[in-house]
Amino acid sequence: MSTLTSPSAEAAPTGIRALAKRVTPQLDTLPTAAAVVIFVGMIVYGEAAYGRIVQFNTLSNLLINNAHLVILAVGLTFVIVTGGIDLSVGAVIAISSVAGVMLINAGWNPWLAMLLMVLIGTAFGTVSGILIQYFHVQPFIATLAMMFLGRGLASMLSTEPERVPDDSPLRSLGEQLKIYDGPKVNDIVLTPGVLIAAAVVAAAFFMLHRTRTGRTVYAIGGSEQSAALMGLPVAKTKMSVYIISGSLAGLAAVVYTARLGSAQNITGIGWELDAIAATVIGGTLLTGGAGFVLGSVVGALVLGLMNVLITRDGGIPPEATTIITGGILLVFVLLQRAVLARRRE
Amino acid sequence: MSANARGPVEALKGLVRRQYFWGIVAVALLLLVNLVKDPGYLAVSIGPSGNLAGNVIDILRAAAPVILIAVGMCLVVATGGIDLSVGSVMVVAGAVSMEFLKDAPDTVGSTFTALALVIAVSAALGAVNGVLVSVVGLQPFISTLVIMLAGRGLAKVITGGQNTAATNETFRWIANGYVFGLPVVFLLALLVAVGVGLLVRRSALGLMLEAIGMDAKAARLAGVNRRALLFTVYIFGGVLAGFAGVFATASVMTVDVSRTGYQLELDAILAVVIGGTSLAGGKFNITGAVVGAILIATLDKTVVFLGVSSSATPAFKAIVIVALCLLQSERVRRVFRQRRAAGTARPAEREVVAA
Amino acid sequence: MPESLPIVEMVGISISFPGVKALDDVGFRLFPGEVHSLMGENGAGKSTLIKALTGVYKIDEGEIRIAGEPRRLGGTADAQSAGISTVYQEVNLCSNLTIGENVMLGHEIKGAAGINWRATHRAARETLEKLGLGHLDPKQSLATLPLAVQQLVAISRSMVAKSKVLILDEPTSSLDANEVEQLFTVIRRLRDQGVAILFVSHFLDQVYAISDRLTVLRNGRFEGEYRTEELDRARLIATMIGKDIATLKSLDAKASRRVRSDEPPLYSAKGIGRKGAISEVDIDLHRGEVVGLAGLLGSGRTELARLIYGADRPDSGEVTLDGEKAEITTPAKALARHIALSSENRRDEGIIRDLSVRENLVLAVQARRGWARPLPRREQDALVEKYIAALGVRPADPERPIRLLSGGNQQKVLLGRWLATEPELLILDEPTRGIDVGAKAEIQEYVAALADDGLAVVFISSELEEVVRQSDRIIVLKDRRKIAEIEGGHGVSADSIVTIIAEDALGDERADAVVREEVTS
Repeated sequence: MSTLTSPSAEAAPTGIRALAKRVTPQLDTLPTAAAVVIFVGMIVYGEAAYGRIVQFNTLSNLLINNAHLVILAVGLTFVIVTGGIDLSVGAVIAISSVAGVMLINAGWNPWLAMLLMVLIGTAFGTVSGILIQYFHVQPFIATLAMMFLGRGLASMLSTEPERVPDDSPLRSLGEQLKIYDGPKVNDIVLTPGVLIAAAVVAAAFFMLHRTRTGRTVYAIGGSEQSAALMGLPVAKTKMSVYIISGSLAGLAAVVYTARLGSAQNITGIGWELDAIAATVIGGTLLTGGAGFVLGSVVGALVLGLMNVLITRDGGIPPEATTIITGGILLVFVLLQRAVLARRRE
Repeated sequence: MSANARGPVEALKGLVRRQYFWGIVAVALLLLVNLVKDPGYLAVSIGPSGNLAGNVIDILRAAAPVILIAVGMCLVVATGGIDLSVGSVMVVAGAVSMEFLKDAPDTVGSTFTALALVIAVSAALGAVNGVLVSVVGLQPFISTLVIMLAGRGLAKVITGGQNTAATNETFRWIANGYVFGLPVVFLLALLVAVGVGLLVRRSALGLMLEAIGMDAKAARLAGVNRRALLFTVYIFGGVLAGFAGVFATASVMTVDVSRTGYQLELDAILAVVIGGTSLAGGKFNITGAVVGAILIATLDKTVVFLGVSSSATPAFKAIVIVALCLLQSERVRRVFRQRRAAGTARPAEREVVAA
Repeated sequence: MPESLPIVEMVGISISFPGVKALDDVGFRLFPGEVHSLMGENGAGKSTLIKALTGVYKIDEGEIRIAGEPRRLGGTADAQSAGISTVYQEVNLCSNLTIGENVMLGHEIKGAAGINWRATHRAARETLEKLGLGHLDPKQSLATLPLAVQQLVAISRSMVAKSKVLILDEPTSSLDANEVEQLFTVIRRLRDQGVAILFVSHFLDQVYAISDRLTVLRNGRFEGEYRTEELDRARLIATMIGKDIATLKSLDAKASRRVRSDEPPLYSAKGIGRKGAISEVDIDLHRGEVVGLAGLLGSGRTELARLIYGADRPDSGEVTLDGEKAEITTPAKALARHIALSSENRRDEGIIRDLSVRENLVLAVQARRGWARPLPRREQDALVEKYIAALGVRPADPERPIRLLSGGNQQKVLLGRWLATEPELLILDEPTRGIDVGAKAEIQEYVAALADDGLAVVFISSELEEVVRQSDRIIVLKDRRKIAEIEGGHGVSADSIVTIIAEDALGDERADAVVREEVTS
């Protein structure tokens, strides 16, 4: 049975094959590794150029200020690994936070309102999923419709900033908890929002790597037709990824509103792009089939850190931020492409 | 293209089968809604200088930039691509022309120089998309996303973050002037659409673009020069977006760096889809894209006319998208067909696969 | 066997598509522990019957009984829970996952903390071992395996699902002889374990080598069920096509074309090659001559064809056309110089599914003229009419989307596409793969006629007999290099080529793909 391999494979020297075997899995993780390297590089550069970056409070704030983006990026990782896209997450945040805050102000039980905020996201994700799976609408168009719907409904509810009462339990999710009291203000600080984000990351990691649903997500991204022919629950799983993405957008709305203390119809404009960028930078292929939740977390932090550095620098005009984001995105996509080309050889 | 002398009934039947028929129906419905609210809505008056005025003329004027970018988008989508950068190219074009005209004398010459600058800059941005897609081989979605992000930043850098204003009567005339009583912008947009439509159907360009969009590998082996065609299409889309940017800024002679062209790429994509072109590439329909653009403009105006906040417009667009997608979906069509055929014919054309 | 109860029984099955009755009152039985071949020409209804059994198509009339129980199969998952697994011609696995994951997808072993990967990989290894694939590492990426081995992995997968019925739909069409033998070993092993195997193949030799019984379909109707030893090949073919065929034997007597190798060659390449695809070779092609490229799958025959056509850019070597230096680096340049290539991958690199027969046919001509000089509709129609008639395309409807044609007819349209460009050099890569006997004979005949008309033809096929029959000269490739070049004639047979390849393997101690060697006869 040793003759099973094709003649050409047989002919390759065993040394090269062994080497190729060792290198292949690393190629998959190369973009993610690059994201980590860049993240560390940015920290080192920031510390050297501006100082006060490698500090407890700076890093704590990085987590606190980007918890919502991390949650969004995790949701998008599910969708993008199946080969789909979800453009609605930014708008879901707008409708969910505006509706939630207005309900709290109208005297609803804040906890119930928060649950409803998440469920609004779930509802949007469900509609996207139904359109995509059962009516064969392209994911781009279906979630674009949900984006328009979310933004439009939020604007109908209110075009003014809606403030959350200071004593509301919703605010308590954004409250800063001092974990370690360092010198002066250099403390390790966390918010319940950060803990929620961490829990989401852990749950998503478990789901993608340790459950059959998670493996089906990857299989669909590899080849939807094959997955269906293998008898995997493709329809159910595709529905789930959009529901997960929507629900996590709702949850991100809770976390973000809790930190900011107010909600507005223009909240979250363009965040779907930030989340997509974070996912791509973290090593998820836009064509589907490969990606890591932890990579997306790093991607989100790279974007967050970039904002910190631009603020610190002061010399870079804030309007150049999007140019830099675009540049970073381009670099990572080119890197992914190079890796894919290498792997095909 | 359509019915050649088969009588009006046949022609009408052909129209009903086209996907943009539903777009026309939607425009009619919206106008009807407006008419109910104000019986004089459709009235067109002739102004002192012989120019037409009225709500319908306003709609046509508003549709012009969308028609331009929708036509460009239609060709890009036919190749299986997408161009998310058109809105950003619009604002860059606006920024470049305003920055130039701000200090230039108010002459016709300045107008033409500004237009030449616009063409150069928008073609350059389109070329970047073209290179990334056709030479580097990146996905169109991500390549044009990069230009979309960077483009708006570029516009802000050009104007130093300001909303630059300028004065130039000829430039202003492009957006606000009239020829034969109709707005110049609409006539120009229509001219472009008809020109492009004739070009792609009279030449073999349409077939080539469709072949690329349906099966890029097979098209390449059949000798289709995919790289050059893609490159051309993205540059062309960029230039059309540049002109749309001129339309959008010339009417107020100010570029609003954060609002000019904002999310118009989505309107363009929507117009193309309404027109019956699938985002998966392949068969495309320029007429449909124009209908789609007019529908979007009508919708925008209707929402404002009905007194709803203009920031709520997206919700109505969402309803239109969902309704059209459902009408086009196989599942819903099957229900209609079954009802009509009452179970005589089998539903859902299945592909006969060779045994 | 027949005394046991059938595991699958299909009775009175009818399925219609708009305008076509694909299956008309067809019956089919499958017993445990047998290999049963489903035979028929293209369009006979084999695929439709299989898709009915796997739940892809709903049946209009009739009944499917699995182990005696009537079952309604609403989808692939239904069929799988009924114990029916299918392995298709195109490998339907996920190449982004590992071998083990592919084998176990949907059947992963769960532990306290979700999937227990160690146990899952162990189970995958055990399953692979049962089919003699123990040397594969379940943690390795599936994409690293050759197609043939992926096919075996797909079969292992169906064993995890404890399938009682295994459907193999054209599993051998991209395998070489050695790999087919490996596959058959696996099939026999499964049969001996009591699995019922439904086998579909266009290769008669394989059908006779592996099957216990045959069911023949024609035009969607049941023609009969036979024990393999009761039905010889001639009668089988006659049953499949419903008449005696003279076309088959006419080709056996090979036309003795005069080989004009003393004339200067039309195409001549010195040392063309491409790293990782094929090492440098010299090749001369003459007008009026059919040159066969023989070799196993992966020997570099397709790669060489693609280099000649410029589908891949050669990174070494020089090409002359009629003595003049030529740069052929893209398909467009090749077409401009009257070179055409019909790809082996008809589905992905040949037809454009959503375009009509007419559009598919004129595409290459139009591409060469450029988009600015459209071919007038009248000329298009004339061209299409000419080739539809000359090649016998059925149905003869130019405006029908090509996806609705059978494989053989699609191939004819593609042949028409290339002939319409008036090539001087025509490269045909597997022009007869996966199409029925009748269409195959027609295409073979047409190719011979083309060479008689003065075309230079390069012919590639994985059926060595076909290469030998068609070619005036044969270039033998192995391990991505040329190992021999032989004149066709009476002394040459498929066996003699196999011997050349086998002997080369003996002296092939270095087994190094980079090493170049000049071996000519």
